[in-house]
Amino acid sequence: MDNLIEIKGVTHAYQTASGPLPVLDGLDVAVPEGTFAAVVGPSGCGKSTLTRLVAGLMKPDKGEVWLHGERVKGPRKTVGMAFQNPVLLEWRTILQNVILPLEIVAPSMKTADKTARAMELLDMVGLTGFENKRPSELSGGMRQRASLCRSLVHKPDVLIMDEPFGALDAFTREDLWQTMRDLRRAEPFTCVLITHDLRESVFLGDQVFVLSGRPARTQYLMPVDLPDDRTLDILYTPEVADMLHILRDQIKIAQGRAAEVD
Amino acid sequence: MLRQIAVPVIAILIFLGLWELLVWVNNWPNYKMASPSDLPAAFWKYKELFLQMGWQSLWRTVVGLIIAVIAGTLLGMIMGFSKIARDALYPLLVGFNAIPKATLVPVISLIFIGQHDFNTILMAFMISFFPIAVSVGIGLSTLEPEYRDILRSLGASRFTIFRKIALPKTLPEFFGALKVSVTLAFIGTNLVEIVSPHGRGLGALFKSGETNGDYPLMFAVLIALAFLGIVLYYAVVFLERVFAGWAERPQG
Ligand SMILES: Nc1ncnc2c1ncn2[C@@H]1O[C@H](COP(=O)(O)OP(=O)(O)O)[C@@H](O)[C@H]1O
Ligand SMILES: [Mg+2]
Repeated sequence: MDNLIEIKGVTHAYQTASGPLPVLDGLDVAVPEGTFAAVVGPSGCGKSTLTRLVAGLMKPDKGEVWLHGERVKGPRKTVGMAFQNPVLLEWRTILQNVILPLEIVAPSMKTADKTARAMELLDMVGLTGFENKRPSELSGGMRQRASLCRSLVHKPDVLIMDEPFGALDAFTREDLWQTMRDLRRAEPFTCVLITHDLRESVFLGDQVFVLSGRPARTQYLMPVDLPDDRTLDILYTPEVADMLHILRDQIKIAQGRAAEVD
Repeated sequence: MLRQIAVPVIAILIFLGLWELLVWVNNWPNYKMASPSDLPAAFWKYKELFLQMGWQSLWRTVVGLIIAVIAGTLLGMIMGFSKIARDALYPLLVGFNAIPKATLVPVISLIFIGQHDFNTILMAFMISFFPIAVSVGIGLSTLEPEYRDILRSLGASRFTIFRKIALPKTLPEFFGALKVSVTLAFIGTNLVEIVSPHGRGLGALFKSGETNGDYPLMFAVLIALAFLGIVLYYAVVFLERVFAGWAERPQG
Protein backbone atom coordinates (compact mmCIF):
# COMPACT_ATOMS: atom_id res chain seq x y z
CA MET A 1 0.00 0.00 0.00
CA ASP A 2 1.20 3.48 -0.85
CA ASN A 3 1.73 6.13 1.74
CA LEU A 4 -0.81 8.89 1.27
CA ILE A 5 0.95 11.15 3.76
CA GLU A 6 4.67 11.17 4.15
CA ILE A 7 6.59 13.47 6.44
CA LYS A 8 10.32 13.11 5.95
CA GLY A 9 12.86 14.60 8.32
CA VAL A 10 10.84 17.70 9.09
CA THR A 11 12.55 20.23 11.33
CA HIS A 12 10.90 23.48 12.29
CA ALA A 13 11.46 26.36 14.69
CA TYR A 14 9.12 29.28 15.43
CA GLN A 15 10.63 32.73 15.57
CA THR A 16 9.67 34.21 18.92
CA ALA A 17 10.62 37.37 20.79
CA SER A 18 13.09 35.35 22.86
CA GLY A 19 14.73 33.73 19.85
CA PRO A 20 13.94 30.66 17.78
CA LEU A 21 11.84 27.95 19.44
CA PRO A 22 12.58 24.53 17.90
CA VAL A 23 9.36 22.46 17.83
CA LEU A 24 10.03 19.65 15.37
CA ASP A 25 13.37 17.88 14.96
CA GLY A 26 13.74 15.38 12.15
CA LEU A 27 10.15 14.16 12.36
CA ASP A 28 9.23 11.14 10.23
CA VAL A 29 5.60 10.07 9.81
CA ALA A 30 4.15 7.80 7.12
CA VAL A 31 0.44 7.09 6.79
CA PRO A 32 -0.69 4.49 4.22
CA GLU A 33 -3.75 5.34 2.14
CA GLY A 34 -7.05 4.68 3.84
CA THR A 35 -5.55 4.18 7.29
CA PHE A 36 -5.95 6.06 10.52
CA ALA A 37 -2.92 7.57 12.25
CA ALA A 38 -3.35 8.63 15.87
CA VAL A 39 -0.71 10.99 17.23
CA VAL A 40 -0.10 11.43 20.94
CA GLY A 41 2.60 13.39 22.74
CA PRO A 42 3.21 15.77 25.61
CA SER A 43 1.39 19.07 25.54
CA GLY A 44 3.22 21.77 23.58
CA CYS A 45 5.47 19.27 21.78
CA GLY A 46 4.43 20.34 18.28
CA LYS A 47 1.36 18.24 17.44
CA SER A 48 -0.72 21.15 16.14
CA THR A 49 2.28 22.30 14.16
CA LEU A 50 2.30 18.87 12.50
CA THR A 51 -1.35 19.28 11.44
CA ARG A 52 -0.65 22.72 9.98
CA LEU A 53 2.24 21.30 7.97
CA VAL A 54 0.14 18.48 6.52
CA ALA A 55 -2.67 20.94 5.70
CA GLY A 56 -0.17 23.13 3.85
CA LEU A 57 -0.89 26.09 6.12
CA MET A 58 2.83 26.54 6.76
CA LYS A 59 6.15 25.38 5.37
CA PRO A 60 8.79 23.58 7.43
CA ASP A 61 12.29 25.01 7.79
CA LYS A 62 13.75 21.70 6.70
CA GLY A 63 12.42 18.40 5.42
CA GLU A 64 9.54 17.47 3.16
CA VAL A 65 5.81 16.84 3.42
CA TRP A 66 4.30 14.67 0.71
CA LEU A 67 0.64 14.07 0.03
CA HIS A 68 -0.56 11.73 -2.69
CA GLY A 69 2.96 11.55 -4.10
CA GLU A 70 3.11 15.34 -4.45
CA ARG A 71 5.18 17.73 -2.44
CA VAL A 72 2.93 19.94 -0.26
CA LYS A 73 3.54 23.58 -1.18
CA GLY A 74 0.32 25.17 0.06
CA PRO A 75 -3.28 24.44 1.01
CA ARG A 76 -5.21 22.02 -1.19
CA LYS A 77 -8.89 21.35 -1.64
CA THR A 78 -8.65 17.65 -0.83
CA VAL A 79 -8.00 18.24 2.86
CA GLY A 80 -10.56 18.44 5.66
CA MET A 81 -9.82 19.90 9.08
CA ALA A 82 -11.51 19.70 12.47
CA PHE A 83 -10.40 21.30 15.72
CA GLN A 84 -11.16 21.06 19.43
CA ASN A 85 -13.25 24.21 19.00
CA PRO A 86 -15.96 23.29 16.48
CA VAL A 87 -15.73 26.86 15.02
CA LEU A 88 -19.24 26.85 13.62
CA LEU A 89 -20.47 30.15 12.21
CA GLU A 90 -23.26 31.45 14.41
CA TRP A 91 -24.97 33.39 11.60
CA ARG A 92 -25.46 30.24 9.58
CA THR A 93 -27.72 27.28 10.24
CA ILE A 94 -26.18 23.87 10.81
CA LEU A 95 -26.92 22.95 7.19
CA GLN A 96 -25.34 26.16 5.86
CA ASN A 97 -22.31 25.55 8.09
CA VAL A 98 -21.82 22.08 6.67
CA ILE A 99 -22.11 23.40 3.12
CA LEU A 100 -19.43 26.08 3.62
CA PRO A 101 -16.45 24.10 2.18
CA LEU A 102 -18.45 23.30 -0.96
CA GLU A 103 -18.88 27.03 -1.57
CA ILE A 104 -15.08 27.24 -1.83
CA VAL A 105 -14.23 23.92 -3.41
CA ALA A 106 -17.20 23.48 -5.77
CA PRO A 107 -18.74 26.90 -6.36
CA SER A 108 -20.57 25.70 -9.47
CA MET A 109 -22.28 22.80 -7.70
CA LYS A 110 -26.09 23.15 -7.61
CA THR A 111 -27.59 24.23 -4.31
CA ALA A 112 -29.85 21.17 -4.28
CA ASP A 113 -26.84 18.90 -4.69
CA LYS A 114 -24.92 20.69 -1.95
CA THR A 115 -27.89 20.35 0.36
CA ALA A 116 -28.35 16.66 -0.49
CA ARG A 117 -24.70 15.95 0.22
CA ALA A 118 -24.79 17.81 3.54
CA MET A 119 -28.03 16.09 4.59
CA GLU A 120 -26.51 12.71 3.82
CA LEU A 121 -23.66 13.40 6.25
CA LEU A 122 -25.91 14.96 8.89
CA ASP A 123 -27.98 11.80 8.74
CA MET A 124 -24.90 9.63 9.24
CA VAL A 125 -23.93 11.47 12.43
CA GLY A 126 -27.51 11.53 13.74
CA LEU A 127 -28.26 15.24 13.24
CA THR A 128 -31.30 14.86 10.97
CA GLY A 129 -33.92 17.35 12.14
CA PHE A 130 -31.29 19.80 13.41
CA GLU A 131 -30.23 21.14 10.00
CA ASN A 132 -32.12 24.42 10.42
CA LYS A 133 -30.97 25.09 13.98
CA ARG A 134 -28.31 27.61 14.91
CA PRO A 135 -25.07 26.25 16.40
CA SER A 136 -25.89 27.84 19.78
CA GLU A 137 -29.02 25.69 19.98
CA LEU A 138 -26.97 22.47 19.92
CA SER A 139 -25.03 20.67 22.65
CA GLY A 140 -21.23 20.51 22.54
CA GLY A 141 -21.27 16.96 21.20
CA MET A 142 -23.78 17.82 18.47
CA ARG A 143 -21.73 20.85 17.44
CA GLN A 144 -18.66 18.66 17.10
CA ARG A 145 -20.70 16.24 14.96
CA ALA A 146 -21.71 19.12 12.71
CA SER A 147 -18.07 20.20 12.54
CA LEU A 148 -17.11 16.68 11.44
CA CYS A 149 -19.74 16.83 8.69
CA ARG A 150 -18.30 20.14 7.51
CA SER A 151 -14.78 18.72 7.36
CA LEU A 152 -15.99 15.76 5.26
CA VAL A 153 -18.62 17.37 3.03
CA HIS A 154 -16.27 17.93 0.09
CA LYS A 155 -15.06 14.29 0.25
CA PRO A 156 -11.46 15.09 1.19
CA ASP A 157 -8.98 12.25 0.93
CA VAL A 158 -7.26 13.41 4.11
CA LEU A 159 -8.99 14.32 7.32
CA ILE A 160 -6.84 16.16 9.85
CA MET A 161 -8.22 16.44 13.36
CA ASP A 162 -6.57 18.33 16.21
CA GLU A 163 -7.96 17.08 19.53
CA PRO A 164 -11.52 17.19 18.17
CA PHE A 165 -13.10 15.47 21.17
CA GLY A 166 -10.87 17.03 23.82
CA ALA A 167 -13.52 19.34 25.26
CA LEU A 168 -16.31 16.74 25.48
CA ASP A 169 -17.36 14.66 28.47
CA ALA A 170 -16.31 11.01 28.56
CA PHE A 171 -19.64 9.52 27.39
CA THR A 172 -20.14 11.97 24.54
CA ARG A 173 -16.57 11.32 23.50
CA GLU A 174 -17.15 7.56 23.28
CA ASP A 175 -20.28 8.21 21.20
CA LEU A 176 -18.22 10.26 18.79
CA TRP A 177 -15.53 7.58 18.53
CA GLN A 178 -18.22 5.23 17.27
CA THR A 179 -19.56 7.87 14.88
CA MET A 180 -16.03 8.37 13.57
CA ARG A 181 -15.63 4.64 13.01
CA ASP A 182 -18.95 4.47 11.13
CA LEU A 183 -18.10 7.48 8.97
CA ARG A 184 -14.86 5.84 7.91
CA ARG A 185 -16.63 2.66 7.02
CA ALA A 186 -19.16 4.57 4.88
CA GLU A 187 -16.62 6.79 3.11
CA PRO A 188 -13.01 5.69 3.40
CA PHE A 189 -10.47 8.47 3.92
CA THR A 190 -7.01 8.75 5.38
CA CYS A 191 -6.96 10.29 8.79
CA VAL A 192 -4.54 12.02 11.13
CA LEU A 193 -5.91 12.43 14.62
CA ILE A 194 -4.11 14.39 17.31
CA THR A 195 -5.31 13.34 20.74
CA HIS A 196 -4.27 13.21 24.36
CA ASP A 197 -6.59 10.29 25.10
CA LEU A 198 -4.69 7.01 24.82
CA ARG A 199 -7.88 4.90 24.70
CA GLU A 200 -9.11 7.05 21.84
CA SER A 201 -5.85 6.55 19.96
CA VAL A 202 -6.12 2.77 20.26
CA PHE A 203 -9.85 2.58 19.53
CA LEU A 204 -9.63 4.67 16.36
CA GLY A 205 -6.06 4.27 15.16
CA ASP A 206 -4.42 1.77 12.83
CA GLN A 207 -1.15 3.02 14.19
CA VAL A 208 -0.28 5.25 17.11
CA PHE A 209 2.63 7.68 16.88
CA VAL A 210 4.12 8.81 20.17
CA LEU A 211 6.00 12.07 19.75
CA SER A 212 8.86 12.98 22.05
CA GLY A 213 8.95 16.20 24.06
CA ARG A 214 9.71 19.43 22.23
CA PRO A 215 11.45 19.50 19.78
CA ALA A 216 9.40 16.51 18.68
CA ARG A 217 10.38 13.50 16.64
CA THR A 218 8.67 10.12 16.41
CA GLN A 219 9.71 8.38 19.59
CA TYR A 220 7.59 5.27 19.31
CA LEU A 221 5.31 3.72 16.73
CA MET A 222 2.65 1.21 17.76
CA PRO A 223 0.74 -0.76 15.13
CA VAL A 224 -2.81 -1.44 16.28
CA ASP A 225 -3.75 -4.89 15.01
CA LEU A 226 -7.38 -4.90 16.02
CA PRO A 227 -10.38 -5.68 13.78
CA ASP A 228 -11.83 -2.74 11.84
CA ASP A 229 -15.28 -3.14 13.36
CA ARG A 230 -14.14 -2.49 16.91
CA THR A 231 -16.66 -1.97 19.66
CA LEU A 232 -16.00 -0.15 22.91
CA ASP A 233 -15.78 -3.55 24.65
CA ILE A 234 -12.44 -4.13 23.01
CA LEU A 235 -10.97 -1.43 25.27
CA TYR A 236 -11.44 -3.78 28.22
CA THR A 237 -9.52 -6.74 26.76
CA PRO A 238 -6.10 -7.68 28.19
CA GLU A 239 -4.59 -7.09 24.75
CA VAL A 240 -5.63 -3.45 24.73
CA ALA A 241 -4.73 -3.02 28.38
CA ASP A 242 -1.16 -4.04 27.50
CA MET A 243 -1.07 -1.59 24.60
CA LEU A 244 -2.32 1.25 26.79
CA HIS A 245 0.29 0.37 29.37
CA ILE A 246 3.10 0.60 26.84
CA LEU A 247 1.76 3.90 25.47
CA ARG A 248 1.52 5.35 28.95
CA ASP A 249 5.13 4.46 29.64
CA GLN A 250 6.15 6.00 26.32
CA ILE A 251 4.35 9.23 27.21
CA LYS A 252 6.19 9.35 30.50
CA ILE A 253 9.48 8.99 28.69
CA ALA A 254 8.41 11.74 26.28
CA GLN A 255 7.60 13.95 29.23
CA GLY A 256 11.13 13.43 30.47
CA ARG A 257 10.27 11.00 33.23
CA ALA A 258 11.61 7.46 33.35
CA ALA A 259 9.20 4.64 32.67
CA GLU A 260 8.05 2.84 35.78
CA VAL A 261 9.79 -0.49 36.18
CA ASP A 262 7.36 -3.22 37.08
CA MET B 1 -45.48 43.54 20.87
CA LEU B 2 -48.09 45.86 22.35
CA ARG B 3 -46.12 45.91 25.58
CA GLN B 4 -42.95 46.82 23.69
CA ILE B 5 -44.61 49.99 22.48
CA ALA B 6 -46.72 50.74 25.55
CA VAL B 7 -43.87 50.65 28.06
CA PRO B 8 -41.66 53.33 26.44
CA VAL B 9 -44.70 55.50 25.57
CA ILE B 10 -45.90 55.46 29.18
CA ALA B 11 -42.35 56.22 30.35
CA ILE B 12 -42.25 59.29 28.08
CA LEU B 13 -45.68 60.45 29.27
CA ILE B 14 -44.60 60.11 32.91
CA PHE B 15 -41.46 62.10 32.11
CA LEU B 16 -43.50 64.90 30.48
CA GLY B 17 -45.94 64.88 33.42
CA LEU B 18 -43.14 65.27 35.94
CA TRP B 19 -41.61 68.07 33.91
CA GLU B 20 -44.96 69.89 33.72
CA LEU B 21 -45.41 69.38 37.45
CA LEU B 22 -41.94 70.70 38.23
CA VAL B 23 -42.55 73.93 36.30
CA TRP B 24 -46.04 74.31 37.78
CA VAL B 25 -44.99 73.68 41.42
CA ASN B 26 -42.12 76.14 41.21
CA ASN B 27 -44.21 78.57 39.27
CA TRP B 28 -41.32 79.16 36.87
CA PRO B 29 -41.97 81.71 34.16
CA ASN B 30 -41.45 80.79 30.51
CA TYR B 31 -38.05 82.45 30.27
CA LYS B 32 -36.68 80.31 33.08
CA MET B 33 -38.00 76.97 31.96
CA ALA B 34 -40.70 76.20 29.40
CA SER B 35 -43.19 73.48 30.27
CA PRO B 36 -44.32 70.73 27.89
CA SER B 37 -47.70 72.42 27.42
CA ASP B 38 -45.93 75.43 25.87
CA LEU B 39 -44.24 73.29 23.23
CA PRO B 40 -47.05 72.41 20.79
CA ALA B 41 -47.64 76.11 20.20
CA ALA B 42 -43.96 76.67 19.55
CA PHE B 43 -43.82 73.75 17.14
CA TRP B 44 -46.95 74.94 15.34
CA LYS B 45 -45.74 78.51 15.00
CA TYR B 46 -42.46 77.44 13.36
CA LYS B 47 -43.63 74.20 11.75
CA GLU B 48 -42.09 74.92 8.35
CA LEU B 49 -38.80 75.96 9.91
CA PHE B 50 -38.74 72.80 11.99
CA LEU B 51 -39.25 70.58 8.94
CA GLN B 52 -36.68 72.46 6.91
CA MET B 53 -34.04 72.67 9.65
CA GLY B 54 -34.72 69.15 10.87
CA TRP B 55 -34.09 67.86 7.37
CA GLN B 56 -30.83 69.85 7.18
CA SER B 57 -29.61 68.31 10.43
CA LEU B 58 -30.74 64.87 9.44
CA TRP B 59 -29.17 64.54 6.01
CA ARG B 60 -25.86 66.04 7.06
CA THR B 61 -25.66 63.70 10.03
CA VAL B 62 -26.44 60.70 7.86
CA VAL B 63 -23.90 61.66 5.19
CA GLY B 64 -21.23 62.26 7.86
CA LEU B 65 -22.06 58.93 9.42
CA ILE B 66 -21.88 57.07 6.10
CA ILE B 67 -18.43 58.52 5.47
CA ALA B 68 -17.47 57.55 9.03
CA VAL B 69 -18.66 53.99 8.42
CA ILE B 70 -16.62 53.70 5.22
CA ALA B 71 -13.47 55.35 6.57
CA GLY B 72 -13.80 53.70 9.99
CA THR B 73 -14.25 50.25 8.47
CA LEU B 74 -11.25 50.75 6.17
CA LEU B 75 -9.08 51.97 9.05
CA GLY B 76 -10.33 49.09 11.18
CA MET B 77 -9.48 46.61 8.44
CA ILE B 78 -5.98 48.01 8.09
CA MET B 79 -5.46 47.82 11.85
CA GLY B 80 -7.11 44.41 12.08
CA PHE B 81 -4.94 42.77 9.46
CA SER B 82 -1.57 44.40 10.13
CA LYS B 83 0.02 44.56 13.54
CA ILE B 84 2.44 47.23 12.34
CA ALA B 85 -0.45 49.42 11.18
CA ARG B 86 -2.18 48.81 14.51
CA ASP B 87 0.88 49.86 16.50
CA ALA B 88 1.38 52.91 14.29
CA LEU B 89 -2.22 54.15 14.04
CA TYR B 90 -3.62 53.42 17.48
CA PRO B 91 -1.91 56.24 19.43
CA LEU B 92 -2.67 58.68 16.61
CA LEU B 93 -6.35 57.78 16.62
CA VAL B 94 -6.64 57.87 20.40
CA GLY B 95 -4.95 61.26 20.46
CA PHE B 96 -7.19 62.63 17.76
CA ASN B 97 -10.27 61.27 19.48
CA ALA B 98 -9.22 62.90 22.77
CA ILE B 99 -9.27 66.40 21.26
CA PRO B 100 -12.54 68.09 22.24
CA LYS B 101 -14.23 68.56 18.90
CA ALA B 102 -15.59 72.00 19.86
CA THR B 103 -12.02 73.30 19.59
CA LEU B 104 -11.92 72.13 15.99
CA VAL B 105 -14.97 74.12 14.90
CA PRO B 106 -13.12 77.44 14.49
CA VAL B 107 -10.22 75.61 12.86
CA ILE B 108 -12.26 73.95 10.14
CA SER B 109 -14.48 76.96 9.62
CA LEU B 110 -11.33 78.99 8.96
CA ILE B 111 -9.92 76.42 6.56
CA PHE B 112 -13.17 75.99 4.66
CA ILE B 113 -14.77 79.41 4.98
CA GLY B 114 -18.46 79.50 4.15
CA GLN B 115 -18.66 75.79 3.33
CA HIS B 116 -21.37 75.22 5.89
CA ASP B 117 -22.63 71.86 4.61
CA PHE B 118 -19.13 70.57 4.13
CA ASN B 119 -17.95 71.71 7.57
CA THR B 120 -20.95 70.17 9.26
CA ILE B 121 -20.53 66.82 7.52
CA LEU B 122 -16.80 66.88 8.23
CA MET B 123 -17.45 67.38 11.94
CA ALA B 124 -20.11 64.66 12.06
CA PHE B 125 -17.59 62.35 10.41
CA MET B 126 -14.61 63.29 12.60
CA ILE B 127 -16.49 62.83 15.84
CA SER B 128 -18.00 59.47 14.94
CA PHE B 129 -15.51 57.32 13.02
CA PHE B 130 -13.37 56.35 16.03
CA PRO B 131 -15.66 53.77 17.68
CA ILE B 132 -16.21 52.12 14.30
CA ALA B 133 -12.50 51.90 13.47
CA VAL B 134 -11.69 50.48 16.91
CA SER B 135 -14.47 47.91 16.92
CA VAL B 136 -13.72 46.64 13.41
CA GLY B 137 -9.98 46.56 14.18
CA ILE B 138 -10.45 44.63 17.41
CA GLY B 139 -13.03 42.32 15.84
CA LEU B 140 -10.68 41.36 13.03
CA SER B 141 -7.50 41.08 15.07
CA THR B 142 -9.12 38.82 17.67
CA LEU B 143 -10.54 36.38 15.13
CA GLU B 144 -9.52 32.91 16.35
CA PRO B 145 -7.01 31.35 13.93
CA GLU B 146 -9.17 28.22 13.55
CA TYR B 147 -11.89 30.32 11.92
CA ARG B 148 -9.41 31.41 9.27
CA ASP B 149 -7.90 27.95 8.92
CA ILE B 150 -11.13 26.12 8.05
CA LEU B 151 -11.26 28.13 4.82
CA ARG B 152 -7.55 28.77 4.35
CA SER B 153 -6.83 25.02 4.38
CA LEU B 154 -9.09 24.76 1.32
CA GLY B 155 -7.07 27.40 -0.52
CA ALA B 156 -9.62 30.22 -0.07
CA SER B 157 -8.30 33.70 -0.77
CA ARG B 158 -7.90 36.34 1.94
CA PHE B 159 -10.82 38.22 0.46
CA THR B 160 -13.09 35.15 0.58
CA ILE B 161 -12.14 34.56 4.20
CA PHE B 162 -12.90 38.20 4.97
CA ARG B 163 -16.26 38.10 3.21
CA LYS B 164 -17.47 34.75 4.50
CA ILE B 165 -16.09 34.78 8.02
CA ALA B 166 -14.29 37.86 9.32
CA LEU B 167 -16.83 40.43 8.15
CA PRO B 168 -20.03 38.74 9.40
CA LYS B 169 -18.30 37.75 12.63
CA THR B 170 -17.43 41.41 13.28
CA LEU B 171 -20.97 42.70 12.57
CA PRO B 172 -22.27 42.59 16.16
CA GLU B 173 -19.32 44.68 17.41
CA PHE B 174 -19.70 46.95 14.41
CA PHE B 175 -23.33 47.68 15.18
CA GLY B 176 -22.53 48.19 18.85
CA ALA B 177 -20.08 50.88 17.76
CA LEU B 178 -22.51 52.31 15.21
CA LYS B 179 -25.05 52.95 17.97
CA VAL B 180 -22.48 55.09 19.75
CA SER B 181 -21.36 56.72 16.52
CA VAL B 182 -24.83 57.74 15.35
CA THR B 183 -25.40 59.77 18.50
CA LEU B 184 -21.92 61.27 18.28
CA ALA B 185 -22.40 62.24 14.63
CA PHE B 186 -25.63 64.00 15.55
CA ILE B 187 -23.86 65.92 18.30
CA GLY B 188 -21.14 66.88 15.81
CA THR B 189 -23.69 68.21 13.33
CA ASN B 190 -25.44 70.33 15.94
CA LEU B 191 -22.20 71.61 17.35
CA VAL B 192 -21.28 73.19 14.02
CA GLU B 193 -24.83 74.41 13.43
CA ILE B 194 -24.92 76.20 16.77
CA VAL B 195 -21.45 77.70 16.66
CA SER B 196 -21.32 78.79 13.03
CA PRO B 197 -22.61 82.26 12.23
CA HIS B 198 -25.46 82.10 9.70
CA GLY B 199 -25.73 78.36 10.19
CA ARG B 200 -28.63 76.17 9.20
CA GLY B 201 -30.25 73.17 10.86
CA LEU B 202 -31.85 72.60 14.23
CA GLY B 203 -28.74 73.90 15.98
CA ALA B 204 -29.11 77.23 14.18
CA LEU B 205 -32.79 77.34 15.05
CA PHE B 206 -31.84 76.85 18.69
CA LYS B 207 -29.46 79.77 18.47
CA SER B 208 -32.05 82.03 16.89
CA GLY B 209 -34.40 81.14 19.74
CA GLU B 210 -31.65 82.13 22.15
CA THR B 211 -30.96 85.40 20.36
CA ASN B 212 -34.65 86.33 20.37
CA GLY B 213 -35.27 85.17 23.92
CA ASP B 214 -37.87 82.70 22.62
CA TYR B 215 -37.58 80.08 25.35
CA PRO B 216 -40.41 77.83 24.23
CA LEU B 217 -38.73 77.67 20.81
CA MET B 218 -35.41 76.67 22.38
CA PHE B 219 -37.05 73.89 24.36
CA ALA B 220 -39.02 72.81 21.34
CA VAL B 221 -35.72 72.47 19.43
CA LEU B 222 -34.27 70.37 22.23
CA ILE B 223 -37.27 68.06 22.02
CA ALA B 224 -36.96 67.89 18.23
CA LEU B 225 -33.27 67.02 18.62
CA ALA B 226 -34.10 64.28 21.08
CA PHE B 227 -36.75 62.98 18.70
CA LEU B 228 -34.38 62.91 15.70
CA GLY B 229 -31.72 61.26 17.87
CA ILE B 230 -34.17 58.53 18.80
CA VAL B 231 -35.18 58.03 15.15
CA LEU B 232 -31.54 57.71 14.06
CA TYR B 233 -30.68 55.36 16.89
CA TYR B 234 -33.57 53.04 16.20
CA ALA B 235 -32.79 53.07 12.49
CA VAL B 236 -29.45 51.54 13.46
CA VAL B 237 -31.18 49.07 15.77
CA PHE B 238 -33.38 48.07 12.85
CA LEU B 239 -30.37 47.53 10.57
CA GLU B 240 -28.72 45.52 13.33
CA ARG B 241 -31.76 43.24 13.57
CA VAL B 242 -31.66 42.69 9.82
CA PHE B 243 -27.94 42.07 9.42
CA ALA B 244 -26.78 40.76 12.79
CA GLY B 245 -29.99 39.45 14.32
CA TRP B 246 -28.33 36.06 14.73
CA ALA B 247 -26.12 37.47 17.48
CA GLU B 248 -29.12 38.02 19.75
CA ARG B 249 -29.40 35.29 22.34
CA PRO B 250 -32.75 33.56 22.19
CA GLN B 251 -34.66 34.76 25.25
CA GLY B 252 -36.08 32.57 27.95
N1 LIG C 1 2.83 30.72 15.63
C1 LIG C 1 3.63 30.42 16.67
N2 LIG C 1 4.65 31.26 17.00
C2 LIG C 1 5.46 30.97 18.03
N3 LIG C 1 5.39 29.86 18.78
C3 LIG C 1 4.40 28.99 18.51
C4 LIG C 1 3.47 29.23 17.44
N4 LIG C 1 2.62 28.19 17.39
C5 LIG C 1 2.99 27.36 18.39
N5 LIG C 1 4.06 27.82 19.05
C6 LIG C 1 4.76 27.14 20.15
O1 LIG C 1 5.30 25.96 19.63
C7 LIG C 1 5.14 24.88 20.54
C8 LIG C 1 4.38 23.76 19.88
O2 LIG C 1 3.07 24.21 19.57
P1 LIG C 1 1.92 23.22 19.10
O3 LIG C 1 2.32 22.62 17.80
O4 LIG C 1 0.67 23.98 19.14
O5 LIG C 1 1.95 22.13 20.27
P2 LIG C 1 0.85 21.04 20.70
O6 LIG C 1 -0.27 21.11 19.73
O7 LIG C 1 1.59 19.74 20.69
O8 LIG C 1 0.42 21.39 22.09
C9 LIG C 1 4.43 25.44 21.76
O9 LIG C 1 5.39 25.70 22.75
C10 LIG C 1 3.82 26.72 21.27
O10 LIG C 1 3.80 27.67 22.30
MG1 LIG D 1 -2.28 21.62 20.01
